[in-house]
Amino acid sequence: MSYLVLQDVCKSFGAHRVLEDVDLEVAQGEIVALIGHSGCGKSTLLNLVAGLERPTSGTLLLEGEPILGPGPDRGIVFQNYALLPWLTVHENVHVVTSSVHRALPGPERAELTEHFLRLVGLWEHRSKRPGQISGGMKQRVALARALVANPKVLLLDEPFAALDALTRTMLQDELLGLWDAATRDPWIRSRFGGEHKTVLLVTHDIDEAIYLADRIVVMTNGPAATIRRIVPVPLGRPRERHRILESRAYVEIKEELLDLLTVVEDRQVA
Amino acid sequence: MTVQGILVSRRPQPRSLSVGARPIFTGLGNAALGVCVVLVLWYGASHLLAPQLPDPVRTFGVFRTLVTRPFYDAGPNDKGIGLQLVASLGRVFLGFGIGVALALPLGILMGASESARGLLNPVVQILRPVSPMAWFPVGLAALRSSPQASVFVIAITSLWPTLINTALGVGSVPLEYRHVAQVYGFSRWTYLRKVVLPYSVPFIITGFRVGLGVAWMVIVASEMLAGGTGIGFFIWDSWNALSLEQVFSAILLIGLVGWAMDTALGAWLKHLKR
Repeated sequence: MSYLVLQDVCKSFGAHRVLEDVDLEVAQGEIVALIGHSGCGKSTLLNLVAGLERPTSGTLLLEGEPILGPGPDRGIVFQNYALLPWLTVHENVHVVTSSVHRALPGPERAELTEHFLRLVGLWEHRSKRPGQISGGMKQRVALARALVANPKVLLLDEPFAALDALTRTMLQDELLGLWDAATRDPWIRSRFGGEHKTVLLVTHDIDEAIYLADRIVVMTNGPAATIRRIVPVPLGRPRERHRILESRAYVEIKEELLDLLTVVEDRQVA
Repeated sequence: MTVQGILVSRRPQPRSLSVGARPIFTGLGNAALGVCVVLVLWYGASHLLAPQLPDPVRTFGVFRTLVTRPFYDAGPNDKGIGLQLVASLGRVFLGFGIGVALALPLGILMGASESARGLLNPVVQILRPVSPMAWFPVGLAALRSSPQASVFVIAITSLWPTLINTALGVGSVPLEYRHVAQVYGFSRWTYLRKVVLPYSVPFIITGFRVGLGVAWMVIVASEMLAGGTGIGFFIWDSWNALSLEQVFSAILLIGLVGWAMDTALGAWLKHLKR
């Protein structure tokens, strides 16, 4: 049985049909990218998995349990970071640690917060407020905040769209590093179980999708968007950016994606 | 139903008319010029148009004697102007405190809950436009003391702006912050302390600023009616003693104190927004 299952999921806002008959199965530890044109309901799909929206019809299951509302087992990194601007970097993460790991004694919670802030390289900046740090740093805080909750699924809504190309590249590598840290970092393994996080990533960057994902879900254009095709990415891990760019598989996947995304556009123009 | 509120506003920056050219007067110079113009007009008016008005020179003579001995106390009907101001300020702060203590929880409730808003909003909208002085007899009947009735009136005065602005702030917490609280399972208490209140504080302080400003205006009227002590009583007493010089002096002092309070709250707001 798949880890995360979406069955016949439809979502309408009033008379406006956003998603229609979305069926998707995601395995534990898989990284899946959702790609499509603006307004194709990618973010809505993510919000449905997060439980922030309820489907109009259809079911969503995580580990066989229906998703009925938001919860820390589906940590989300919002497009605009959504950090609380009046809290410091440390407080932004620690408020989540304290809310999610309520059963843990205080010192252990403090340790968790510190560990994840160090993991994203922001321990030195812990006393700063979101307004005093760069976009890339804000995104790292948002990642640390989502990961400290030990989610089953990590939901990323165009996480690097607002960043410059250089920072984006760095953060993509960091994201893969963090994803791997769950299995490699003995400190995290002893506490969080050492499995790779399942990741659902919304993006409109083809290269980003190929570099990060195991499978790429290509959406049709809205309204009433659905899954057009699921493209597997048969590239090994760990991935090295330079080697991937030269590989034949990469070029083929990119061509296929470009084809899928532009043909959709043509049909709509016609 | 939405809550009407006083928006958190920024004062427009004054600009000189000529772009690029250096302004003729700096801020302080402009202020001095404005005061001088008023003084000249006042002098002219008191000598040419309305001889019953005291002129600035005589008024400042009286003003000086009033402020050189502000805290003397020669019995119930003869106290220094400083004591009168302190009495008024005491009532304003006490009444303001009571009003805010009621308004904050009610405002949070109104902002957070749709049904509480539906319940309270009609009451608020009907009572808000009423002059607070209309409550004076009610306070007098309930508390059987005119100084306490003044405090009651001030409490009512301060209630509305704080209530409405708190409700506005709490009700407008952006969706993204609410989502964060939902996803990571913040407790109600954490949500209130770490999200709702910090977000609403600038709204609430703006409410304080408006409320305190109106309270400082209303206390004068209330004390004229109540008698006994306070700057309002002082004005009425001076009028009965036919000393318009003292009335003008009191007006100036009331204005200075009000300005100081507003500036202090404005500075607090600015500090928080940084």
